[in-house]
Amino acid sequence: MKKQNMWAKIGLYAFLTIAGLLSLFPFYWMFVMATNPNNLINQSPPVMTPGSNLVINFQNVLDSIPFFQAMLNSLIVATTITFGVLLLCSLAGFAFAKLPFPGRTFLFVLILGTMMIPPQLGLIPSYHIITQFGWLSDLRAVIVPGLMNAFGIFWMRQYISSAVPDEIIEAARIDGCSTFRIYWNIVVPVILPAFATLGIIVFMAIWGDYLWPLVVLQDQSTHTIQVALRSLMDDRVRDFGMILSGTFWATVPLIIVFLLFNRLFIKSITDGAVKS
Amino acid sequence: MAEEYSAQAEKTSQKKKSAFSRRTWDMIAGYSFISPFYILFAVFGVFPIFFSFYLAFFRWDGLNPMEFVGFNNFVIIFNDPLFWKSIYNTVIIGLMGTAPQLVVALLLAFALNSVLLKYKGIFRLAIFLPYVTSIVAVAIVFSVIFSNQESGLANTFLGFFGVDPITWTRSEWGAKFAIAAMVFWRWVGYNTIIYLAGMQAIPNDLYEAAKMDGATVRQQIWHITIPMLKPFIIFSVFTATIGALQVFAEPHIFQGRGGRPEGITIVLYLYRDAFGSNFFGTASATAIVLFFIIIIFSSLNMYFTNRIGRSKKVEVK
Repeated sequence: MKKQNMWAKIGLYAFLTIAGLLSLFPFYWMFVMATNPNNLINQSPPVMTPGSNLVINFQNVLDSIPFFQAMLNSLIVATTITFGVLLLCSLAGFAFAKLPFPGRTFLFVLILGTMMIPPQLGLIPSYHIITQFGWLSDLRAVIVPGLMNAFGIFWMRQYISSAVPDEIIEAARIDGCSTFRIYWNIVVPVILPAFATLGIIVFMAIWGDYLWPLVVLQDQSTHTIQVALRSLMDDRVRDFGMILSGTFWATVPLIIVFLLFNRLFIKSITDGAVKS
Repeated sequence: MAEEYSAQAEKTSQKKKSAFSRRTWDMIAGYSFISPFYILFAVFGVFPIFFSFYLAFFRWDGLNPMEFVGFNNFVIIFNDPLFWKSIYNTVIIGLMGTAPQLVVALLLAFALNSVLLKYKGIFRLAIFLPYVTSIVAVAIVFSVIFSNQESGLANTFLGFFGVDPITWTRSEWGAKFAIAAMVFWRWVGYNTIIYLAGMQAIPNDLYEAAKMDGATVRQQIWHITIPMLKPFIIFSVFTATIGALQVFAEPHIFQGRGGRPEGITIVLYLYRDAFGSNFFGTASATAIVLFFIIIIFSSLNMYFTNRIGRSKKVEVK
């Protein structure tokens, strides 16, 4: 019995160690290439240890794309959308959970229905609308449609239904609270954990979004970091040291934030999946 | 809070008479709270969807007047071998990228859930980290790993086993494998975490009892874990399928702007048609085909996952 346990343990650790290393290896190699000159990367066999070109490679990145501008654009877009979505979805979620109004069920089912529709279906007309608004190469082209989030409403409604008791709302109302004050002073404090979770989900999704920003943000100065990174691949003679330096420095902040809030991240992913 | 509440309750009788106007206020508040979504949804949701269906029957380059062509756009794409190729690729890459992923995620979650394991946090962190990275970063790193050069990492690795270097971006299976590897690597940790969350809800007594009866690890997975995880498996199969049908960034970065037939996916085909050639009509027709494909796959998924779950339940008894 004991012996069997030992073998099981060894197998377990071996399996997870291999999986963990495979999982981390691309990060390591990204760093290796970000710190080596291109000619070493192209040698055979490829380099496996970090070099000393960290600064030079990143300087080359700064020469070919407006890296910090792109990071800033991404930050503006992702933060604005996140806060906007949190506000709009919690308001709508509150209305669907607690306020009786005609057509409530129908309108809610409609929202569920929209979650099934692939975003690419409306891609071309949406692009056309953006051009009509004159928002091409304007961050509003990404921000405004991004505020529409059916999942967020669905999720907030579920959370508010279970986390905010009807009695508290009723009591506040009797005290003469306006509906918006009930939302602001009673619902918002209770749903702070839901804000954190949905905020992470939305922020990550927007930060990583690629197709839509690629289509509407055509001017280089408005590129988000994802679109900017891809344009590093455009050169015919590819400087992999430079390309991966850009990728590396765009990834490092994400990893730092993730390590700081690791538990919150993982909780948000599981909550987001499980609650639905 | 309790004191406040009782204080408020005392006032109930005073204000009850304004009940009717309150209902009206509820209505106004309710509609105004949900209206931002519906306004956005009307402009960037409903209108584009209907316009896509409309546009699919017109020839349009975005500038000149639209010209009604009936079903011609569908005829054009159905006669384009590249369109069928893109559907074939999407399905194959989807299967290669997600089917093994779900199995491996299940095994990883099972291992991470084991009572024998210490340092769970570190393993979990390592496996989940790829999900935090952006798709673009993943696609760039993997593009370099699967570089066509003999000195590329994947080719060097294969060289140890005496395999000739592969021109990954231009070979039929090489391109698909590389793209599927990107999908696999980025999402396996995500699904592991989802399954792990589900497994932590399974009472340990079930495993203890099974072990007592002499069940092997494989039997435990098959007869306890999988049936109990059914809702989580349905969720992940669902999201993986829909995600796989929408693969775009990976081939777009891996094979360059223009793409290549070995790795072209439906969304990439649509994108090239619309924003490379300004064929908005045929691209809309493709979008509509994609929409129906997603509906068909989603329903098939539902059907099969339900069936698998049902037969398992009987076995458990």
